[in-house]
Amino acid sequence: MSRKNQDKHILVAMSGGVDSSVALYLLKEQGYTVYGATMKLWDYSDVGGQEHARADGGCCDLNAINNARTVCENLGIRHYVIDFSKEFKNTVIENFVTEYSKGRTPNPCVLCNTEIKWEMFLRYARGIGCDYIATGHYAITGFDESEQRNYLRRGIDCTRDQAYALWGISQEALARTFLPLGNLEKKEVRVIAEKAGLKTAKVAESMEICFIADNNYERFIRERTDKDIPPGDIIDEEGNILGRHRGVPFYTIGQRRGLGISNPTPLYVNKIDVGNNRVVVGNKKAVHSHEFTISQVNWVSKSPTNEPFDGLTQIRYQHSACPSKIVPESKGRLRILFESPQPAITPGQSAVIFDGGTVLAGGIID
Amino acid sequence: MEQIYLDNNSTTPMHEDVIAEMYKHMSETYGNPSSVHNMGQKAKVLMEEAREKIANLLGAKPSEIYFTSGGTEADNLAVKGAAYSGLKKNRNHIITSLIEHHAILESVHFLEKNGFTADYIGCDHDGIVSIEQLKKAIKPETSLVSVMMANNETGVIQPIKEMAAVCKEAGVVFHTDAVQAIGKIPVNVNDLGIDMLSLSGHKVYGPKGIGVLYIRKGTKITPLSHGGAHERRKRAGTENVVSIVGLAKAMEIAIGKIDQEQARMKELSEFFINEVQSKVPDVFLNGSVENRVKSTVNLSFLGVEGEAIILSLDIKGIAVSSGSACTSGSLEASHVLKAMDVDVLLAQGSIRFSMGKDTTKEQLEYTASVLPEIINRLREMSAAYKKPA
Repeated sequence: MSRKNQDKHILVAMSGGVDSSVALYLLKEQGYTVYGATMKLWDYSDVGGQEHARADGGCCDLNAINNARTVCENLGIRHYVIDFSKEFKNTVIENFVTEYSKGRTPNPCVLCNTEIKWEMFLRYARGIGCDYIATGHYAITGFDESEQRNYLRRGIDCTRDQAYALWGISQEALARTFLPLGNLEKKEVRVIAEKAGLKTAKVAESMEICFIADNNYERFIRERTDKDIPPGDIIDEEGNILGRHRGVPFYTIGQRRGLGISNPTPLYVNKIDVGNNRVVVGNKKAVHSHEFTISQVNWVSKSPTNEPFDGLTQIRYQHSACPSKIVPESKGRLRILFESPQPAITPGQSAVIFDGGTVLAGGIID
Repeated sequence: MEQIYLDNNSTTPMHEDVIAEMYKHMSETYGNPSSVHNMGQKAKVLMEEAREKIANLLGAKPSEIYFTSGGTEADNLAVKGAAYSGLKKNRNHIITSLIEHHAILESVHFLEKNGFTADYIGCDHDGIVSIEQLKKAIKPETSLVSVMMANNETGVIQPIKEMAAVCKEAGVVFHTDAVQAIGKIPVNVNDLGIDMLSLSGHKVYGPKGIGVLYIRKGTKITPLSHGGAHERRKRAGTENVVSIVGLAKAMEIAIGKIDQEQARMKELSEFFINEVQSKVPDVFLNGSVENRVKSTVNLSFLGVEGEAIILSLDIKGIAVSSGSACTSGSLEASHVLKAMDVDVLLAQGSIRFSMGKDTTKEQLEYTASVLPEIINRLREMSAAYKKPA
């Protein structure tokens, strides 16, 4: 075992699932000095939805914390619970509600990664003497000598890849990050967990937004909004009233189901007009567009530039990155022009620009 | 890595003689003390011997000793039991202090939600509860006053004898939570003039899950658990005989060594405080220097959060806590330090080092030696800390 590795102290963020457990296990096997920590980000008493929770074992469930603790204890590793619930509420949940109220569709996982895990958690780790953090994300990081930058790439398991959600990590934070699962496939990770006898080997995947256990956004947003959310009209592009909506926060661009309108061809939400409290729908072609801008840009593997460049742009988690031209504009914005129009470019979502599997930059869709 | 345990106010390791005594009776004396047969009666004899031993150690009568599942249950029984009993005399007012353990505070909160009224008396900057405030707070409808004997976070010893006298004069029942005092300072219920006292086994090198409520003869309390004639109808449930035996043994050993141990603790704590203060700037002792159970050293490190210090020390193999184990995990500043009017920046960075029978000077020396690196690192990251000019 490398003496050098032993001198590197790593705090592993453990959700109580199989991925982070294996991340911890692998780093320990490689001889690093590792500690486990589970962030407590929310509580059912605060976010509600427990009675209709899809499954137990979401990341801040008591079970999840106990599982993470057990995995560590069985490996002879110290484990801590860090309470970030106040910070999570003030950043991620606050942003989630505000964005929806503005008719936008946020991605709370991106914000949680950027603001909580690679900011507060990393800071916490450094406070207790760990210079590095690690997570069970399926992505790859390292240092690119020619660019003199820390790079971020997609993991090799294309069904699990999570590089998209990590675009907000700063260079300084990336330099302090271990992602041990990037070169593994999910099924290999399960095998490692079973062979190592990790208690979490069979824990089911958590897919929904962790703090809305019943997956009921509408309940969640209504409970957190002081004023009544007014219903309004659903109109087509010509302004004809086709139906009623329950409130603009409860609709998202590209949405087809639940509009309550019968029409010979399917209709999709293609604009949310908060000012006039209207939801605009159109046919499939109408929700496709060629170009958009992003702000709050973070340059990841590529050095910041004012020159246009080409890249593959991914506009939501379940979207295949498509060829595009990227044109830097004023105030740090980037204009993205797709070669062929893409469906449902949604304000508030993250757009991430890749070169092959490498994350060049990312930002929030305006 | 050697494990250094400086969290003896949270719990203590069991004394080997206690373990031996319990182990023996675990296999031999398993009868139910309520049974009429000989197996049961053997257990009964053992339990009553333990009760007598504990009574003698406290200056009480055996019939005044009631076994509970621990300090928390004893506190609950004392506070709620006396409050409900007081209703029979049309008394519905309770007084306690702001620095109590949550077992007391939350019992009183519960009573407030159920029709009782309560007053919380404060303390001075040294952490000593105000007798003047107590005198002012007592009303004709006051049924109970409860003030702890030694504070769990700071170790500060309270003027129990004086407060008990005030209550006696006013005809009010006086209870004290002595969980952190037993085995550390001499306690005699008659010298102190108290009506009720709670204590716990695992704070005195005894087993967890056992405690005592002393109730002076003639003091009325309403039982909270029902289901049998155990403990003279004050606390239903088959008695935890083996732990009761362990508790008596543990108390006997700890109380027998009070003078010797406290002298050692005084020396160790003075050494430790000096050692830390000479190595790290801006460190302050919370609570009275003199009126203190010497094994508790509560230090505030200006500009850093206690939790980060705890974890950093744990990584070095040193176990400490901030405040009580029941409240750690929340970043709220301690209610005790708040009541003492400790600056909030200092309260957040408070660490309780609590020594015990196995604590050595070498362990304290090592602990003090690793603190500068930890505190400097955290202060460098802290926005709240400005280096002294």
